[in-house]
Amino acid sequence: MSRLSFRLALTGLAAGLGFGALSLPAARAAEGRVEPPQLSWTFSGPLGTFDRAQLQRGFKVYKEVCSSCHAASLLRFRNLSQPGGPEFSDGQVTALAATYQINDGPNDAGEMFQRPGRPADAFPSPFPNEQAARAAQGGAYPPDFSVLAKARTYERGFPRFIFDIFTQYQEQGPDYIHALMVGYKDPPAGFQALLPGQNYNEYMPGHLIAMPKPLSDGQVDYKDKDGKPTAPETVDQYARDVATFMVWVAEPHMEQRKRIALWFMPFLVILAFLLYFSKKKIWSRMPDGSPAH
Amino acid sequence: MSGHSSYVPKTGIERWLDVRLPIIRLAHDSAVSYPVPRNLNYLWTFGGILAFMLVAQIITGVILVMHYTPHASMAFNSVEHIMRDVNYGWLLRYLHSNGASMFFVAVYVHIFRGIYYGSYKAPREVLWILGVVIFLLMMATAFMGYVLPWGQMSFWGATVITNLFSALPVIGETIVTYLWGGYSVDNPTLNRFFSLHYLLPFMIFGVVGLHIWALHHVGQNNPTGVEVKNVEKDTVPFTPYATIKDLFGMVVFMIVFGWFVFYQPNFMGHADNYIMANPAATPAHIVPEWYFLPFYAILRAIPDKLGGVIAMGAAIVVLAFLPWIDTSKVKSMNYRPIARQLFWAWLVVCIGLGYLGAMPPEGGFVIASQIFTVLYFGFFVALFVVGLFERPKALPASIADSVLASAKGGSAARIATATAAEPNVKG
Repeated sequence: MSRLSFRLALTGLAAGLGFGALSLPAARAAEGRVEPPQLSWTFSGPLGTFDRAQLQRGFKVYKEVCSSCHAASLLRFRNLSQPGGPEFSDGQVTALAATYQINDGPNDAGEMFQRPGRPADAFPSPFPNEQAARAAQGGAYPPDFSVLAKARTYERGFPRFIFDIFTQYQEQGPDYIHALMVGYKDPPAGFQALLPGQNYNEYMPGHLIAMPKPLSDGQVDYKDKDGKPTAPETVDQYARDVATFMVWVAEPHMEQRKRIALWFMPFLVILAFLLYFSKKKIWSRMPDGSPAH
Repeated sequence: MSGHSSYVPKTGIERWLDVRLPIIRLAHDSAVSYPVPRNLNYLWTFGGILAFMLVAQIITGVILVMHYTPHASMAFNSVEHIMRDVNYGWLLRYLHSNGASMFFVAVYVHIFRGIYYGSYKAPREVLWILGVVIFLLMMATAFMGYVLPWGQMSFWGATVITNLFSALPVIGETIVTYLWGGYSVDNPTLNRFFSLHYLLPFMIFGVVGLHIWALHHVGQNNPTGVEVKNVEKDTVPFTPYATIKDLFGMVVFMIVFGWFVFYQPNFMGHADNYIMANPAATPAHIVPEWYFLPFYAILRAIPDKLGGVIAMGAAIVVLAFLPWIDTSKVKSMNYRPIARQLFWAWLVVCIGLGYLGAMPPEGGFVIASQIFTVLYFGFFVALFVVGLFERPKALPASIADSVLASAKGGSAARIATATAAEPNVKG
């Protein structure tokens, strides 16, 4: 292949994409999008795992604050004790489930009834349906948490999306969720007057969000038995913890996935080396004895 | 190159079977003794990689179906059920969804390789057209598969793409109604797409059979584009030479595939598809999967709806006519100084169209798409014209000659330094 034309092609490609990349951020800013800061997460990268204590704190924040409006309908109590998650003990999970009343039935008499929850039950949703949620929330629908951390992102644009393949950056979801939690501010001077039910948030696309500021410092108790806090009781920490929890809810088998990769990927690389040298060996001898290359 | 069979049945059972159903002879002739040009480079391993991907997609797909529910109100959660509750369900699903992307990575390398080395020229026209048919079937299969998780992009992608057929005069509306199974994208649409998504891969499998049959009948092209003249000197038997090389290529490809499956499983997907389909809420930007983006850019570049649909269709169909568009007798662009420049420029245009397909259809992006669309089709016109006057470089007399020449002459210095730096490379 001609090296020169190949290089020319690459240069043209880079120039074209570079031009596109330059014009993009301006367009995004005009749409009212502010990029969330990139945080460091324990679960990022090929060796990343969840911090159990952080997942347990995140669950506490979800349970005491978020769950009054946001469902996590695909989360089951039993998930909370599974490996790779918050890893509460089975006893803790059974006790936790029993504190909830679950609709069940019909029984033999044809009646629906309520019973205490069991580990196999799904986490009860705060509203029976979307309409009820909207009616209670002034028309806004609090999204389900089950896969929300994977459903939220922001545009990476060229060339960053290429680098992301190699750096394995994929935490747009939790970065955005954390930024949203800490992004409640007074609107800047000249911003349109807020209507009832509207709140200003720096990181919400368009800056208008229906959810009022959900977290404030000291709201959730992180104290252990001795009354000492196990982590800072700040909005920033709450936001990190609940975002971590949401990543786990959205991707409960992430640790298993990376654990398998830990032996499977080196296995493939070793296999590739063996095949490469086998190939060299085989191709070193042509059927007619002539050189191969 | 299907010539005299070299298979000699060794056992009594083989001799008995060979008289009644010569299936072992068929396997031996096509996968062991089949002669392949000795100068194939690694771009030729992508055929085997594609066969591997097709089988991998069918196996993971069949198992996924055992756990999936094709219903508008249950599909999304059944996919999440696979991700959460099925043993290794997350692995199957990520293999299948990333597998679709990797399938297209491989097929695009395969197609560009075919164009660069003129693999569509006589006597390989039918082989090439079968390849275009497979490509079309792949696109239909991938599109319908993307609808099955019933997320926002599934739903709105299906709405946008099926709506394209309404641009066709007279029959358009009827076709759309049949595609939808009603008057909007809804449960009947999901059901028929699911049915077809299960059917089409087996049709691909059938056409791949024809593709390989045609390949084994005419023999492989090679980087010189010079046909095999002396089977003894120009070729090596498929096994072990091509087998081991293809296996190595496949495993390297699997490393890339595994990187995405295990480390970046959602990189090539779209975040909006983790939101359940909602006919009442349109996503801000409806974007198809990356492998459709160049064609999507062509579609949107034309201001007229019917015109856009025709241009997009033509962008694919034109490939089938390449054997007659390209007027040059020389196959490999290694020996075509002008066509080679055109090829690399066209590759940039294709990637550029892919980028433009992902951008919002506004301002400069639209104008750029229009320029690139003209350039895309311009390549085929240029190929027609250039072939009439281009003076190709001297072709080697035979494949063996080109191999021996590069071993002795031009690259002797390179080989010398390579051996000095890395002794014993030949093992």
